[in-house]
Amino acid sequence: MRIAFASGKGGAGKTTVAASLAAIWPHPCLIVDADVEAPNLHLFLHPHLEAAQSVYLTVPELDSEKCTACGDCAAMCSYKAIAKLGAGLIVFADMCHGCGGCFEVCQANALKKGKRELGSLQWGSWSLKMGADQNSDQNLNQALGQTSSQTSGKNSGKTLLMGKSRVGEAMSPPLLRAIDGALAAISVGDAASVPDILIDSPPGVSCPAMTTARMADALVLVAESTPFGTYDFKLAHAAFKKLNMPLAVVMNRAGMPGNESGDAALEKYCAAEGLPLLARLPFDLQAAEAYARGYLPLLEQSANALIWQRRFGLLYDAVQRWAGGKIGQIAEPCSAVNICASGTTGAGHA
Amino acid sequence: MKIAVSSEGPGLESQVDPRFGRAAGFVIVDMESMNTEYVDNGASQVMAQGAGIETAERLSALGVGAVLSGYVGPKAFTALQAAGMQIYQDLDGRSVGDAVRCYAGGTLNPATASNK
Amino acid sequence: MREIVVISGKGGTGKTTVCAALAALASREGRNPVLCDLDVDVPDLHIIFDPHVQQEHPFVSGNTAVINENVCTQCGRCLELCQFGAVGQNGNGQFIIDALDCEGCGVCHKLCPTGAIEFPQRHCGTWYLSQTRFGSFVHAQLDPGQENSGRLVSLLKQQARQLAPTAEDSLILCDGSPGIGCPVISSLSGATLAVAVVEPTPSGRHDFERVADLCRHFRIPVSVIINKADLNNDEARAIEEYAVRQGYTLAGCLPFSPLVTEAMIRGEALTERDSPLASELEKIWGRICAAADKPARRANINSL
Repeated sequence: MRIAFASGKGGAGKTTVAASLAAIWPHPCLIVDADVEAPNLHLFLHPHLEAAQSVYLTVPELDSEKCTACGDCAAMCSYKAIAKLGAGLIVFADMCHGCGGCFEVCQANALKKGKRELGSLQWGSWSLKMGADQNSDQNLNQALGQTSSQTSGKNSGKTLLMGKSRVGEAMSPPLLRAIDGALAAISVGDAASVPDILIDSPPGVSCPAMTTARMADALVLVAESTPFGTYDFKLAHAAFKKLNMPLAVVMNRAGMPGNESGDAALEKYCAAEGLPLLARLPFDLQAAEAYARGYLPLLEQSANALIWQRRFGLLYDAVQRWAGGKIGQIAEPCSAVNICASGTTGAGHA
Repeated sequence: MKIAVSSEGPGLESQVDPRFGRAAGFVIVDMESMNTEYVDNGASQVMAQGAGIETAERLSALGVGAVLSGYVGPKAFTALQAAGMQIYQDLDGRSVGDAVRCYAGGTLNPATASNK
Repeated sequence: MREIVVISGKGGTGKTTVCAALAALASREGRNPVLCDLDVDVPDLHIIFDPHVQQEHPFVSGNTAVINENVCTQCGRCLELCQFGAVGQNGNGQFIIDALDCEGCGVCHKLCPTGAIEFPQRHCGTWYLSQTRFGSFVHAQLDPGQENSGRLVSLLKQQARQLAPTAEDSLILCDGSPGIGCPVISSLSGATLAVAVVEPTPSGRHDFERVADLCRHFRIPVSVIINKADLNNDEARAIEEYAVRQGYTLAGCLPFSPLVTEAMIRGEALTERDSPLASELEKIWGRICAAADKPARRANINSL
């Protein structure tokens, strides 16, 4: 199963939700940071990162000995990566989108396949880290009712894949396609050995976010119920529903003082659109402070962490019910009824 | 030799357009005859990317030998150099005619690098 | 002409809230600012500004390949050529192009042996010229799922510059694009001053450092506002020290406050009614104006 986490508005909490779910995910899981312009997951999960593998785009390189300056390649290029200037041609590799058209039309065999670095992919393994609190793994396991072998230490089967664009590189979709390729390579073999994949998407609703969503079987939209958040969420919904994939919503920072009407409006919208509301995570100043110190709320050294572990445990249950739990079985989203893991009480609402 | 001045309008009294690749147009001046013509650059102005490169191509095809503008980005700079043109920057804030007079008077120094 | 662009790197740090608050202050001072929302992917400023739209224009950029099935001979050349996986086959085995995957490179269109692939222009969004209670407002909305466009950002800035009086103290105030990619580069191009709204969190700081590097690259001075500073005072201090070390001005700090959401719900800028937060923002605005008190070196929109 592959689930992407997206949001229209930046800062809605999608990284926190994806990372927290990954932290309590009881099966082997891979969390993917697809926010390649500003990858942040590693700042919270502190993975042990392996060496970065560079990702390249195939771009033309001109062999001026062979070039007859016919200009066919320049005419083919829609991106001005090849220009005819004076008597010769000049290649601007930075501009190339990798369409391959120039190679097709060059009769003189004057274009060689060169490469431009788009960024890198980096794999890492991680386990739960809770600052100085030695008992936190145990607390977490107690909260989840699990034995320690399921979630702690290096055997928890938690891995991370981070995409990171080269500073100055304007194109992120080709790097995202490289991530997709890496995911395809691990998604073979028998289902039991394939980890579940949680993907932290780039923010917004434009091309990179859409490309990322299409790597997944299902998409969770993280929405803040403020006026800005709700507006951006509706834009995101309008964009992602075109993909005809199961969509569900996690409301974040619910119950902000003075924003009761905002929460209700978001819920009403979800109900009207048939969007399952998987959880209503409450606004919690302590959680915001924990985040500001670099801790996921559920990994903080305080009693509050246990409450957040419980909330994300319920969200995990809701995701399982929604997604049917198995690879390939996500055909249609479940109805919104009875699958909500609500904020503090865990009581359902629909 | 012909020179091209990025311009906000069609004549010598127009202001120098500070942009090169996305300039509204170019006043082309033949320095021997002092005849001028105007080349619209609207097609490049609206390009998603590569406006500077396309503009350089356009001027190169017109046989221009020197470019006077405000700000020439690095790619356009490379393209103009490859086409063998001289580049004069930071000429915005005056009229096209003034820029041409400065050039003719020999008081300008050609740029050796993009001013980014 | 002063052109101030509010940026953040990371989303959700309060960039739009700060921008609206500064717009209200500039308007109150009688500076008649031209306002501009450059976050064309998910714009929010209009929620506070409540614009009265006066002009509406389509934004067209690039092209999408479309197969004319009456001409197509099913040779499959397009499938072979497409590097973006945009060509597929429908249930009847006919070749079709997925508009979402189509990069608009035109290779299939130019090389189809029977000329069966059309290449119409792509409608990507709409841009507007509006009036608001704070001044003229230039804004846009990309169609959902369209490529985020540096060109649309450039177009909006160009419009804003045309609207701004040529007087030296005229003011353009922009809500910049988030991130560090092409749209934010277009947002910053030609700016007098970048105002960075930073959250004292590891990711907020990380992304701020990346976007500040970008400003340095374009030689744009940076003024820093630390928002929700009390969420992590140590981190806030570290950002402050970093900013001073880098030669940025510190415009001020704002605490976490429910007033922000409350003002947003009322559709008001934070500075439209008195509060401790509003007084702090007035001081911040004073420091920003001082930092921006040099005319732009040049107002260019370079090609990207």
